[in-house]
Amino acid sequence: MQKVGIGVSVPRKESQDKVTGLAIYNTDYLSPKLLYAWLVTSLYAHAEIKSIDTSEAFKVVGVQAVITGDSYHLLCGPVIEDHPPLAKEKVRYFGEPLAVVIANSEAVAKEAAGKVIVEYNPLPVVNSLASALEEGASLVHKNLAFYKQVKPNEIFPKTGTNIAQHVKIRKGDLAEGWRQSEVIVEANFSLPQSNHIAMEPRNAIAEIKANGQVIIHASTQAPFDVRKILCHCFNLTDTQVIVNTPLVGGGFGGKTNVQLEIIAYLASRAVHGRAVKLIESREQDMTSSPGHLGLEARVKMGATKDGTMKALEITLEVDVGAYVDSGSQMIRAMAADCTGPYHIDHVWCDAYGVYTNHTYVTAFRGFGRLSYVFAIERTMDKLAFALGIDPLELRLKNALKSEDTTPTLVRLNKSSIGNLPACLTKIKSMMNWQEGIRRETGSNKVVAKGISCLWKTSSSPPDATSGAIITINADGTLNLNVGTVEIGSGSKTSLAQILAEKLSMDVNKIHVVMDVNTGISPSHWKTVASMTNFMVGNAVLDAAEDLVEQLRSIASIVLRCPPEVLEVGGGKVYLKEDPEIYIEINEIGNGYEYPEGNSIGGQVIGRGSFIMHHLIHMDKDTGKGRLGPAWTVGAQAVEVEFDTQNYTYKVLKAATVIDAGKVLNPKGARGTITGGMCMGLGYGSRESCLYSEGGERKNPQLRTYHLMRFGENPTYLVDFIETPLIVAPYGLRGIAEHGIIGIPAALANALSTAAQVELNQTPLTPETIWQAKRGKLDDSL
Amino acid sequence: MVNLVKMDLLELTVNGEKRLVMARPADTLLHVLREQLGLTGSKPSCKNGDCGACTVLIDGQPIKSCLMLAVEALGHEITTIEGLKDSPIQRAFIDKFAFQCGYCTSGFIMNCHALSVIHPDAGDETIREWLQSNLCRCTGYEEITEAIKTVLAQKAKDNNG
Repeated sequence: MQKVGIGVSVPRKESQDKVTGLAIYNTDYLSPKLLYAWLVTSLYAHAEIKSIDTSEAFKVVGVQAVITGDSYHLLCGPVIEDHPPLAKEKVRYFGEPLAVVIANSEAVAKEAAGKVIVEYNPLPVVNSLASALEEGASLVHKNLAFYKQVKPNEIFPKTGTNIAQHVKIRKGDLAEGWRQSEVIVEANFSLPQSNHIAMEPRNAIAEIKANGQVIIHASTQAPFDVRKILCHCFNLTDTQVIVNTPLVGGGFGGKTNVQLEIIAYLASRAVHGRAVKLIESREQDMTSSPGHLGLEARVKMGATKDGTMKALEITLEVDVGAYVDSGSQMIRAMAADCTGPYHIDHVWCDAYGVYTNHTYVTAFRGFGRLSYVFAIERTMDKLAFALGIDPLELRLKNALKSEDTTPTLVRLNKSSIGNLPACLTKIKSMMNWQEGIRRETGSNKVVAKGISCLWKTSSSPPDATSGAIITINADGTLNLNVGTVEIGSGSKTSLAQILAEKLSMDVNKIHVVMDVNTGISPSHWKTVASMTNFMVGNAVLDAAEDLVEQLRSIASIVLRCPPEVLEVGGGKVYLKEDPEIYIEINEIGNGYEYPEGNSIGGQVIGRGSFIMHHLIHMDKDTGKGRLGPAWTVGAQAVEVEFDTQNYTYKVLKAATVIDAGKVLNPKGARGTITGGMCMGLGYGSRESCLYSEGGERKNPQLRTYHLMRFGENPTYLVDFIETPLIVAPYGLRGIAEHGIIGIPAALANALSTAAQVELNQTPLTPETIWQAKRGKLDDSL
Repeated sequence: MVNLVKMDLLELTVNGEKRLVMARPADTLLHVLREQLGLTGSKPSCKNGDCGACTVLIDGQPIKSCLMLAVEALGHEITTIEGLKDSPIQRAFIDKFAFQCGYCTSGFIMNCHALSVIHPDAGDETIREWLQSNLCRCTGYEEITEAIKTVLAQKAKDNNG
């Protein structure tokens, strides 16, 4: 019996479509009936809107409607409702949508958008965390106290300030921690906002039928959340809104946010429900839609002389930009994991979400860990050097293990935490760590290594759910229908592998429904948090068991035996003691007909579902709680060749060892990790949202905002540890985000060692290294 | 007042077929291929020549179709990803797992295909120079490197054998 299930490098189910140009993304939805929308966006970071004159725009032939924010009394937001979909009364960031032109073609809409005249009255710009937090700061939101909190036990704003969120961790007794510490180090860190840059720009299509049915087509990671938020904002019911999502051209968290769907809906409403397509330009995608958070961090860390960590005090100030969106949730997630994967008895963390007049932020690969990990892992190196202990050994000594507690006081076991020491030991040999972390290799060249650890839990809502449906075709193949979106992570293929394994079937005989339609797909929380294989995988296993039970029941009648003696596998239901006695599943999957015509059974439909359990909200005062079922841990390292004269450098190697629980698809898993590492190297070395003194975005396009390009990538070293997570399908752990998390820190550790200066900010360009070497941040010569 | 919008009837040669399209002088080739001919394999992403997702071949040379006007394509042979059938690079992209979300894939494949035809003996430096014009945000470029090298190695083998 041929079996291709888990542990095999199965090519993606949608491979053929993706190499022939036939794969359909939301941008590819074409129809002569479509109207097109174009956003009019703010030229100021903070200003009152004195007037918007749309009369000239209306004169352009082909314009159907122009809508502006003052027509709506509407505030949205997944956690706190602070966000008008189109700016009303004032603009709070450069690029903020304030009007929309709807026209017969995109060219006409764009032309007319240029004729919308907006008069502004500039306000003081909150252009940094420091200026947001200073006494008497200009307020980004004067009405903070009056905003409706959608999740009141998850957000704690400070009225009269720019602080939108404050999360506290209070573990142990910090004073006692300092008493026990013989060596204490401190450092400050600064990491800028950045962009997701999914290759498919964000876009949405909305249509409202005569009966009120709202049809959305969206490039989103969260079609069910789009439905929920539209229902919430516009008083619609679940049955009135259908969200369709085909293949998604990358997300990285940036397509969890619900923004364009709301604007497209308003646009459609303005043209009597006609279908309106709204695609952002690359520049709008980088300024009008949310990016990745910025962070300023202060860390104080203490240990005994033998390197046992005793105390940590960490302050995280997060630049969430003009609106909270899911920024508040990332702050909770960062605080909850604030120690890094190390055991520390005495921990104090204050994490703040701070409004500024920058583009607002949403989920980004790693959900905030990328940023705080940089601060923790740079401080770990500083502590190691202060103690005279090898940085890798210090991490090994303090690595979290079974029976330790997390900052939120979750007691760990082997299943929930995995095996970080094994990851560190493996990466040590992969990187030839024993040859030393700094060596001079010739004229002005130094080769240096840096290390970092990572850990991450899901930070999902306690009631997150998934479902799965399996049906059987006449040819004996199966259909698997799940609500997860294929954003590039290969989850549809992995889920087919899980089902193939469970039913001992060839994975090629399992068809996966690629597109999601909220009207017919089983629901799934969101395609985020590296949780798809865990959550949907469990639902698939549940559905498979339901299917098996039904097949055995029908087969027991046909084969004249009790169901208990039957087994399902290889597309057959067979007698355990004699597999030669069997019936093919396609003969009973849609009703079984006896020779004389009598029939039994009917369509067999396997139904499965999953819901998170035992997750607990964080306590407002201490942070005690549980945000996810388990953690994924890993170690990462970078080796650089550094030029001591001009401070240029080349990344030679980037390595990751992750405890994956179980590797489902080896080639797929490697690609997920290397892709994350590449993105991490980009963030560490070059990516940053640059704002002018007036808060205008200076690099909103790919010609000025640089990504890693072909050939700039280093040699990748990837390996896995497999410590099963016992509540997960086949023991797997999420790994989709993790490749990025520790890489900027490992890069900074390598470069700090190479340049012999503390590098505590990104991006690490030759210029910023030069500035650090000179001991100041100004660039005057 | 009558508003006359100037549209030209153009005859383009796309994937070996003569196709008639109506285009404004300002319409890019990318726009016309997608919106008029339904050839959506070429992807809009930056529309500024920075990412290469819209790469097509013009007389065999890779060109970013967002930077070319439809009228400029008159008299030239246009090949889009839809015109590539069972090419070695398409197979190699699947075998090597050289894509994830797939949105940049058409552009990368067209560029790789042209490279393998024009420079079948390309070394690392030439490969790098050519493929730096395309961006991929999902992979770390390792698998794309393997895919193009596999195709070039096979070509070398076929030529020598």
